[in-house]
Amino acid sequence: MALPQIKQDATDARLAALDMPQGGWAQPAREDALARVQAMGLPNARDEYWKYTRPDTLVQPDAPKAALLESDEALIFGEVDRLKIVFVDGVFSAEESDDLSMAHVTIDRLADAPDIHWAKDVYGVLETRGQTPVQRPLATLNTAFATDGVLIHVTGKASKPISLIYRHESEVSDAILHHVVKIDSGAEVTLLENGPAAARFNKCMEVEIADGGTFHHVRAQGRDHERRAATAIFTRLGEESVFKSFTLTANGVLTRNECVIELTGDNATAHIAGACVGDGDFHHDDTVFITHDALNCESRQVFKKVLRNGATGVFQGKILVKEGAQKTDGYQISQSLLLDEDSQFLAKPELEIYADDVACSHGSTSGAIDEEGLFYLRSRGIDEGPATDLLTIAFLAEAVMEIEDEGLQDEINSRVEAWLSRRRG
Amino acid sequence: MLEIKNLHVQLEEEDKQILKGVNLTVEAGKVHAIMGPNGSGKSTLSYVLSGKDGYEVTDGSATLDGEDILEMEPEERAAAGVFLAFQYPVEIPGVGNMTFLRTAVNSQRKARGEEEMSATEFLKVIRAKAKDLKIDADMLKRPVNVGFSGGEKKRNEILQMAMLEPKMCILDETDSGLDVDAMKLVADGVNALRDEGRGFLVITHYQRLLDHIKPDVVHIMADGRIIKTGGPELALEVENNGYADLLAEAV
Ligand SMILES: Nc1ncnc2c1ncn2[C@@H]1O[C@H](COP(=O)(O)OP(=O)(O)OP(=O)(O)O)[C@@H](O)[C@H]1O
Ligand SMILES: [Mg+2]
Repeated sequence: MALPQIKQDATDARLAALDMPQGGWAQPAREDALARVQAMGLPNARDEYWKYTRPDTLVQPDAPKAALLESDEALIFGEVDRLKIVFVDGVFSAEESDDLSMAHVTIDRLADAPDIHWAKDVYGVLETRGQTPVQRPLATLNTAFATDGVLIHVTGKASKPISLIYRHESEVSDAILHHVVKIDSGAEVTLLENGPAAARFNKCMEVEIADGGTFHHVRAQGRDHERRAATAIFTRLGEESVFKSFTLTANGVLTRNECVIELTGDNATAHIAGACVGDGDFHHDDTVFITHDALNCESRQVFKKVLRNGATGVFQGKILVKEGAQKTDGYQISQSLLLDEDSQFLAKPELEIYADDVACSHGSTSGAIDEEGLFYLRSRGIDEGPATDLLTIAFLAEAVMEIEDEGLQDEINSRVEAWLSRRRG
Repeated sequence: MLEIKNLHVQLEEEDKQILKGVNLTVEAGKVHAIMGPNGSGKSTLSYVLSGKDGYEVTDGSATLDGEDILEMEPEERAAAGVFLAFQYPVEIPGVGNMTFLRTAVNSQRKARGEEEMSATEFLKVIRAKAKDLKIDADMLKRPVNVGFSGGEKKRNEILQMAMLEPKMCILDETDSGLDVDAMKLVADGVNALRDEGRGFLVITHYQRLLDHIKPDVVHIMADGRIIKTGGPELALEVENNGYADLLAEAV
């Protein structure tokens, strides 16, 4: 079916501005993705899935300019012992990165991976699976045009986290990175990500977790005010495997984080959580789709948003329980704390259940700071500003506590505290 | 110490007068009790003194050591030495009791230009005081008042008072909901703080608390006014005869 003319033109214009990297094992997947994205067309404001978030600046041929943040604050995760991999405006920086080697883990780069490569069984494969029932053309575009990314194969328990650091140095950079993580049976790894990456960042990550594998993911999206990002995670979980992902987002004019989770092995666990703090020209969208297609799996979605000065938060979250996925335990909560009347939170929680023996709950709320609590704190001598901060951090706690490692929880909390106290000047 | 003169208060939201000219002076070192029928304005008085929103002072004044407290923010009043043990302590999910108390103690110290308490010193002090009130380590770690029983919440109020060492302690029905042993613990906590520089305003419905905390003066409040002031015997009279005679007398 032909695309509407506006969509066709926008898609053609975007594709014309891109060059597909040539050769290598990923070539067939890239060409397949190009054909798919041409058929789908890139999203526009008419698309139901983009009802609350305008995709035009994510789709236009050139990245809108984004000023660099000037800050002398040390970067997050600085205290964590980790293997560092640095990208500057989407370009790998060998001198700033550690040696890409660690026991039980092999790390290659998409841009220079040898010709025969394990990643071809995953690259574009999970992304393609994630296109039904809802299309995600920006991720498909990513599969076709990604210039680099890391390919991580985990065969045992990794001794320390792998840390992807995205620096932003050019005001007009447009980065497209695609990562693949494959976790073998019983293997375990923690992946950290931080930084603004580029003026505009399109990132896709596919995570294949075999039976009994464990994947922890903690991400802090960069603080640059004018940056834009569209990110997508596609993951498939085997039996008794674990996926836990947490994202902190502070600042950024536009962020859309999609996560598509497929529970395909029995007794698997998937937790996805997000905390965001937005002030002013800030639009943050969490879009999650979880499919339960096995017995006795647990999924949790915990999203908390603190919004002020006209900031906007969006949550679209769906739990699909397929026929036969008995004993599913699905939990979804999305809440916003609106610090003034100019800010808004738009939520679309959905449940679609075809099995009869399941326990699923979902809730979405939006509210102001608790006045009774605030007075109680102030009556004990705590100034209004710090008292509000305490209540704000408390509001975010349920999401932050989804991070298993307490040291990483502290890293996140200290960032939120710093953000809050900066707001107070 | 605390001087309340002709205090008139109405609700901000509706045109409803609640305090209709309260006069009351609590001297340093003294314990004053306030009794009175439900809805007579006792909690309102305690909220107005501690700075809660929603009330409008239409006339009169309240000073602490000569300073006008009604003009101050709640946290300034706290730093100046006002403390209210709430009739209904507030639950604050996500904020640890210990973090809360340490932030409070140090905020007050900072406001008064004093040195902050170190983490170690704070731990030492709070452990000792919590032990006296039979508050266990687990309760100190839990979020403020969340899931605490009624009596635990009240003991937690007294722990806060003991840590903050305020000049003017206002206790709003701290005895209600307490079992006999807990009442004794709370009374001991209050008595331990009694000294020459500190005043107490104890709101209660029952004589029993006053058996443990011997008041110097007892006031009866009705319909937004103090209608009678006397010694400890006044509380006994209320205990035995209720308010009917006192109210009739006042008319
Ligand atoms: N925010 C409010 N909105 C409406 N009415 C109020 C409010 N606060 C107080 N009142 C009214 O003011 C009156 C006094 O209330 P207050 O709580 O001070 O009484 P009290 O003496 O403490 O009673 P009790 O012994 O039952 O605790 C009551 O009639 C109460 O309903
Ligand atoms: Mg009351």
